[in-house]
Amino acid sequence: MSATTATPPLTPDQRRRRPVRAGGGTRPGQRGAARWIIPLGPALFLLLAFFAGPILWTVWASFTNAALTGAQAAQTEFIGLANFERLLADPRFASATILTIVFLLGSGVVGQTVLGLTLALLLQNRHALVRGAVGVIVVGAWVVPEVVAGFVWYAFLEREGSLNAVLGFGGVESQNWLFTAPMLAVILANVWKGTAFSMMTYAAGLSEVPSDLKEAARVDGASGFQVLFHVVLPLIRRTIATTLLLVTLQTVQVFTLIYVMTSGGPGSRSTTLPLLMYEQALQLGDLGYGTAIALALLLVAGLFSLVYVRMLGTEAKR
Amino acid sequence: MRRGKHHVLRATGAAVALTLVASGCGDGGGDRDANTVRVAYMNHGTFIAMDTLMKKVKEEFEADNPDVTIELNAIEAPAEDYQTQVNLMNQSAGEAPDIIYQDTFTINQDADAGYLAPLDEYFDNWEDAENFGDQEREAVTALDGQRYGVMLGTDVRGLWYNTELLEEAGVDTPWEPENWDDILETAREVQSELGDDVTPLNVYSGTPAGEMASMQGFQMLLSGTEDWIFDDESEQWVTSSAGFTDSLEFIETIYDEGLALDPQDALDANIGTLVAEEHIPAGELAINLDGSWNTQSWIEEANQPWPEWEEHMEFVPMPTQNGQGDGATSMSGGWALSMGQHATDPDLVWEVMAYALNQEHATKFALEGGQIPVRDDVAESPEFLDEAPLAEEFTELVGVTKFRPAYSDYPRVSLAIQESMENVMLGEATPEEATELYAEEVEGIVGPDNVTSGS
Repeated sequence: MSATTATPPLTPDQRRRRPVRAGGGTRPGQRGAARWIIPLGPALFLLLAFFAGPILWTVWASFTNAALTGAQAAQTEFIGLANFERLLADPRFASATILTIVFLLGSGVVGQTVLGLTLALLLQNRHALVRGAVGVIVVGAWVVPEVVAGFVWYAFLEREGSLNAVLGFGGVESQNWLFTAPMLAVILANVWKGTAFSMMTYAAGLSEVPSDLKEAARVDGASGFQVLFHVVLPLIRRTIATTLLLVTLQTVQVFTLIYVMTSGGPGSRSTTLPLLMYEQALQLGDLGYGTAIALALLLVAGLFSLVYVRMLGTEAKR
Repeated sequence: MRRGKHHVLRATGAAVALTLVASGCGDGGGDRDANTVRVAYMNHGTFIAMDTLMKKVKEEFEADNPDVTIELNAIEAPAEDYQTQVNLMNQSAGEAPDIIYQDTFTINQDADAGYLAPLDEYFDNWEDAENFGDQEREAVTALDGQRYGVMLGTDVRGLWYNTELLEEAGVDTPWEPENWDDILETAREVQSELGDDVTPLNVYSGTPAGEMASMQGFQMLLSGTEDWIFDDESEQWVTSSAGFTDSLEFIETIYDEGLALDPQDALDANIGTLVAEEHIPAGELAINLDGSWNTQSWIEEANQPWPEWEEHMEFVPMPTQNGQGDGATSMSGGWALSMGQHATDPDLVWEVMAYALNQEHATKFALEGGQIPVRDDVAESPEFLDEAPLAEEFTELVGVTKFRPAYSDYPRVSLAIQESMENVMLGEATPEEATELYAEEVEGIVGPDNVTSGS
């Protein structure tokens, strides 16, 4: 694209662009490359070694019968698409995919997004003290390590847990909520844990909305809700899409929280794809099949991301 | 809060395993200090005997050999996760343990994978070798005919019962059930006499209990019928057998009639620890189908000692379905010490192993771990017999006991068994339906050519 050795005549377009380019030395191409490669080097190396490496390994392993132990561990063979064929025929995989989507929609999209946005809206223009207090409580949940959060919810919901103690006063019979409503339990826990993130990004997004626009709408006689839906939300669409994307990627890979609370049970009624992957790859030692599940997980996350990216795209065209 | 603690430990174990998988794949050796011996063993729940033993070995061996360091890796995870983590360590020579506390059941797979070093030469030249019998040799010899470990102890399974609770319910003691119906009858009597405060009978069941449900629960029932999970002659897995359905019916009966724990409590992943450390000492459980090692939760060295157990608890063999065959049945497993394939200085590693396996330590481990010793000089020593009051009852069962089929498909088949149990205990399938589902599942796991139907 650079026209440094330009013997052919330049098109008007190129001519116009030329002065904009920095430099003008004899070997700008080489110098330019050195200029970006040296500072990028360490980052590139880290990315390739710790990010691209494992991903490529995962892709490769999903086409093999790699195992944790047994003869296949000593001599791993390429088995083509067999893992994926098995995946499509496996009822466990189907159920785990559905549960992953339920978990994602329930805790990520509906729970964290709606609750985070509501909190951010309510906190707008409040007294600093209120904002501080709510911020500490919500962000506190976010800062807590996942293992601890899982245990807190386990202790809250189990048979002898605090929820039953509270409900006991009302005469409700004690039950193990992790057993009777496992998906609801892990969804609630994840909403509790993750709301802070979306609240903070929405708060940042909302502060960017110019107040004169809202005032103008009010002067024109718009109600509070009309201002929200016709002025504020359209303006922060970009933030909503980005947050949804990030929340989705975080939510589909939640493992520790669910593992601590229910271990994917009872039965497999809260086994989402990461837990299924753990069970197959590590507990049953079938690394090849486990990595195939990992790729399927990537696909689920990818499909949702695509939806959000399209959302962003339609907005840009407006 | 005890349950929670174990939960967190399980989760941490899982997290560590995941990290290991992420970081450990593919990297090569790494320099190891030849004077450092790395030991990997399990330290989980009520099982702390290995930890106390290895700490003692480390202290004494290092005192005698100042230039040697013994590095202890106590892995806090249940058996399945423990094995996963050891396998992950074995993926790279730099991380691999030198001495492995090894389930004899997985010796075949791990030897195939090239994780273990053959020990024939060392063992044959060992002065203590004569104390080990043929049964031990069989258990630690892989299909290639080589020895890959030295066994520490074995175990049997049967019925523990609380004499006071049974007497209170009007049952004659010593209680000697002769078939399944006797067990159910007694459980029903306990239920009607003692009410809600006492759970009449515990049989582990469902996926959260894992291998406990499959082995202590289901296989203790199935091995007392005319059928078994594997046919040794044709080397095929047995599905759709009458014994399988009957065993599931037993599970259905006890959970349906409320003779067992409430399913939501029975499906707690820490049920094993809860039963041994809480329900039994508190007098809340009358009969428990469990392992001979239950005593390890009650002795002085345990987390929650209950030294009075001898006055309350008795052990009786598990009867067969209708009293057929020998009249009793049992399942056995056993653990060994193995040497890692990548041991930097095998001679030194063997020295440490032999020290950990000597008579004094074998006695200590048998007592604290609730094990049946494999060394003759331990089994016959007054030191052991005085401290292990039930040794004779246990040893009798060694004659009728069964082992799990040691094939690499077993873990998946076992999971299918646990799922069948869970379906039945939750009323999601009848025993017949669950048997059919199991047959389909197993056929999917091992292929249609490797299945046969039973009687």
